[in-house]
Amino acid sequence: MSATLTPSVRTPSPSKRLKSLSREQLPTRAVAGRSLLYAMLIVLAIVYVAPFLIQVATSFKTDADAASNPMSLIPATWSSAAYERLFLNSDFPVWFRNSAIVTVFVTLGRVFFNSLAGYALARLHFRGRNVIFALLIAVMSVPGVVLLIPKFLVINQLGIYDTYVAMIVPLLTDAAGVFIMKNFFESIPASVEEQARIDGAGTFRVFWSIVLPMARPALVTIIILSFQGSWNELSHFIVATQSPELTTLTKGVASLASGQLSQGTQYPLKLAAAAIMTIPVAVMFFIFQKRIMNTTDGAVKE
Amino acid sequence: MSTPVRTSRRSSIRGGETASGWLFTAPMIVLLGMFLVVPVLMALWVSFSDWNGRGSPFSSTVSFVGVDNYSALLGGGGLAEQDFGTALRNNAWYVLLVVPIQTMLSLFLAVLVNRQILRGRGFFRTAFYFPSVTSSVAITVLWLFLFSSTGAVNKLLAFIGINGPNWFNDPSGVLHNILGVFGVENGPAALTGNSFLGISFWEWLAGPSVAMSAFILMAVFTTSGTFMLLFIAALQNLSGDVVEAAVMDGANGWQRFWRVTLPQLRPTLFTVLTLGLIGAWQVFDQIYTGTQGGPGKTTLTPAYLSYQSAFTNQAWGQGAAIAFILFVIIVVFTLFQRWVLAERKVSARRMRPYLQSPTSGGFK
Repeated sequence: MSATLTPSVRTPSPSKRLKSLSREQLPTRAVAGRSLLYAMLIVLAIVYVAPFLIQVATSFKTDADAASNPMSLIPATWSSAAYERLFLNSDFPVWFRNSAIVTVFVTLGRVFFNSLAGYALARLHFRGRNVIFALLIAVMSVPGVVLLIPKFLVINQLGIYDTYVAMIVPLLTDAAGVFIMKNFFESIPASVEEQARIDGAGTFRVFWSIVLPMARPALVTIIILSFQGSWNELSHFIVATQSPELTTLTKGVASLASGQLSQGTQYPLKLAAAAIMTIPVAVMFFIFQKRIMNTTDGAVKE
Repeated sequence: MSTPVRTSRRSSIRGGETASGWLFTAPMIVLLGMFLVVPVLMALWVSFSDWNGRGSPFSSTVSFVGVDNYSALLGGGGLAEQDFGTALRNNAWYVLLVVPIQTMLSLFLAVLVNRQILRGRGFFRTAFYFPSVTSSVAITVLWLFLFSSTGAVNKLLAFIGINGPNWFNDPSGVLHNILGVFGVENGPAALTGNSFLGISFWEWLAGPSVAMSAFILMAVFTTSGTFMLLFIAALQNLSGDVVEAAVMDGANGWQRFWRVTLPQLRPTLFTVLTLGLIGAWQVFDQIYTGTQGGPGKTTLTPAYLSYQSAFTNQAWGQGAAIAFILFVIIVVFTLFQRWVLAERKVSARRMRPYLQSPTSGGFK
């Protein structure tokens, strides 16, 4: 940690000196440059944010209003018809429930299995460890989309097609997550666990009550990635299930988009559905924002 | 007395470690083996078989057909070849545009947001990153609305006097349209007469369709934030000393960026390009949600075609074969890129000014 902190502590002082120097010498040029920077950033930020504002605004419009005023951020007449329809008159609550179930189990599973395997690969000395690690790297390089048909074949062969088991179990661990945990465990000093080991604690005990609590930052990363990954997953559920009771939000909203449940365009309905499915990941994002973007905080605090 | 105790304890610890090592990794091995390695092997078999989706692919009614599925795609002369060629064409243009644009934009955003003087950079970072956390399904739904014929984008274009296209229903190629402005409606016979993978060279050069362009913009919109974070992390880790030295040597901001900062970002640039390339060859969710390959098959991608062949048309062997060809394409592209961006030794000619004595340049 200290190694990465030192340069960021050291660098501001000379650059600040330079900056104050140039500010005295070339005030107009600096002001012009800064205004240009802000102007560019603000325009870009509008481009990035506006679609979401339009989305939320449109979800409260009537169909006719959405079609005639697609850009306005304030509905001509406020209407919650889209939300009423979704929650009271469609399968939307079922989709939401399924997504929630899958996300909770997958996130818990990944936290446990990834850290277990990551710890073993980082710390335990056993024959075959290098082979396992090499295979893990190989598996990580297989692109997910290539697995659509293969996954269906296995799920079908195992007789678990169209069940929660098929939706959850294949996602319970991921090679990238194991890799992240392994890297983290290698970065923390081994002395604490060795102490516990000498005191007679078993391997699992050391892992569970000493190592895992120290791994909180990495676990948060795993939680963020698996929550986001399983909530936003589409292709796996397409090949693992077909019945309406097992439809997730991604699959359900995709079917909405291609025109089921609706005559005409019904944009407010579709956008409301898309907006609601964005809320959980958005909440997650804002809770862990510091953690996701921690790369720059050191310099900001200076 | 102490010696035997120590050896026995050590061996028991080692023994325990072997057992717990395998025990700890067992869930991962079983899960990844069961749902990654075994499936790939099964699919490999299916890609060489005539399985039609009914029963088990290992039952006696399913027969080995050799490379039939692959040759139908790569030279059969039928619809399968034509569809596969079209899908490759569409995705190749997608990759060609998405990867450079998203890399440049994310680097640009990172450099802007990383300025020391900037206030409110937390807000800007959040704004640029937010599209990355949303699901591709939700973004596609939003995009279908924004880019509908009377949607927000066309309203915006109307403000500056442009009559916007009917985005997701327009199959015309962008490059063909540009040539059309200059009065070129039909290609030369050399291009229209010869074909590769069932489509003429003139069609290969059509560019992405207008519909695909909307998807290209969407990909840039959703991925630039993620890669921006990678670039910011890399910029933060750069030592200020080198830049200071360049300032002392009188390099201006532009030179400092191209000659000093960018070369130091090479590892991150490699990561971003690799991830971008791998991602851009796997377009599936957007197509499934938005256009199902239309209009005029111009948003068909190999990933979606593979799904469609197997699950809709029950041509499982062909679908699996497409997936494996796609796999090979991704691996080849990654290796090629690794080779292009690899650190090379400075050539003798460029090294010469830095060598102290002229004799030391005498290579054997």
